[in-house]
Amino acid sequence: MNGMPTLDQYLVLSAILFAIGTAGVFVRRNVITILLSIEIMLNAVNLTFVAFGRALGSSDGQIIVFFVMTVAAAEAAVGLAIVIALFRHRQSLDPDTFTLLKW
Amino acid sequence: MTIDVIPFYLFGAVAVVASLLVIAQRSPIYSVLLLIASFGALSGLYVLLDAPFVAVIQIIVYAGAIMVLFLFVVMLLNAPHEETEEDLAREAGSRPRSASSGLKVFGVVLAALFVVELGWALTRRGGGAFPGRPVTSVAAIGLSLFTDYAFAFEVTSVLILVAMVGAVVLAHREPAGGNAHWGEGGSQGGPPE
Repeated sequence: MNGMPTLDQYLVLSAILFAIGTAGVFVRRNVITILLSIEIMLNAVNLTFVAFGRALGSSDGQIIVFFVMTVAAAEAAVGLAIVIALFRHRQSLDPDTFTLLKW
Repeated sequence: MTIDVIPFYLFGAVAVVASLLVIAQRSPIYSVLLLIASFGALSGLYVLLDAPFVAVIQIIVYAGAIMVLFLFVVMLLNAPHEETEEDLAREAGSRPRSASSGLKVFGVVLAALFVVELGWALTRRGGGAFPGRPVTSVAAIGLSLFTDYAFAFEVTSVLILVAMVGAVVLAHREPAGGNAHWGEGGSQGGPPE
C-alpha cells in the first residue's frame, strides 16, 4: 500500500472492467449499448496490455494498444453502419426484433 | 517515490462507476457520454503507467473520434429509448420474454465468473511494484512501430480502407425505385410487420 500501485491492482481493475462489458452485452436490449459494452471490454484489454508492457519494461504493450484502437475504430464504423441499416429496415434497436435469419 | 496509489484508486473508481452507469442507463445518449468519462479516467491510468502516448491517443482517438461517431449515430436514429419491461409486457404478443431474463442472469453470472477467473489468472504470477525503467518516449515507440511492426502497420491501413468502404456500402440508402446494384433493392423499405 506504499508508493506506487502494483501490477496486480491494474490487472484486477482490468478484470472488473472486462466483466462489466460482458454483463452489458447480455443485460442490455439496445444494439448501440451492446456496441458500447464491447468498447468497454476492448479498453479493459488495453489496460492489461499497457500494464504488462510497463511491468516488462518494453514498448510492445503500447504498440499493441495502438493496433487495438485501430481495429476498434474499424469495428465501430462497420458496426454502426450495420445498426443504421438495421434501424432502417426494422425501426427498432432491440436485437430481439432482428429475427430474419431465425427459423 | 510519490504516492501514486491515491490517483490510481480515484481513476479506477471513476472508470468502474462510469462503466457501470453506461450499462445501467436506459438512454443511449447518456451511455455514450458516460463512456467518454470512463475513457478519460482510463487515460489518467495510462499516465500513471508511464504511457503518455497511449493516454493522449486514448483521448483523441477514442473519446474524440470513435465516441463522436457513436453520438452521431444515436442522434441520427433519434435515440429511441429502450423499452421497459412494462412496455414489453403490455404489447407482449407472441414474443417469448422468459428467455431474455434468463439471458440476463446468465450474463451477470458470466461477468462475476470473469472477475474471479481473470483476476485470479492474471495475478498468479505475483506482480509486485514495477521494476525497471519505463518506455515513455514517443520516438522509441515510433521507431519500434515502423521497423518491427511495419508490416502490421501497413495491414492496418488496408483494414481501415476496407472498413471505410464497408461502412459506406452498408449505410448507403438505395434510391427508391432506382437501379439497385447490391442488396435487395430500395422498393420495399416500408415499415416491417
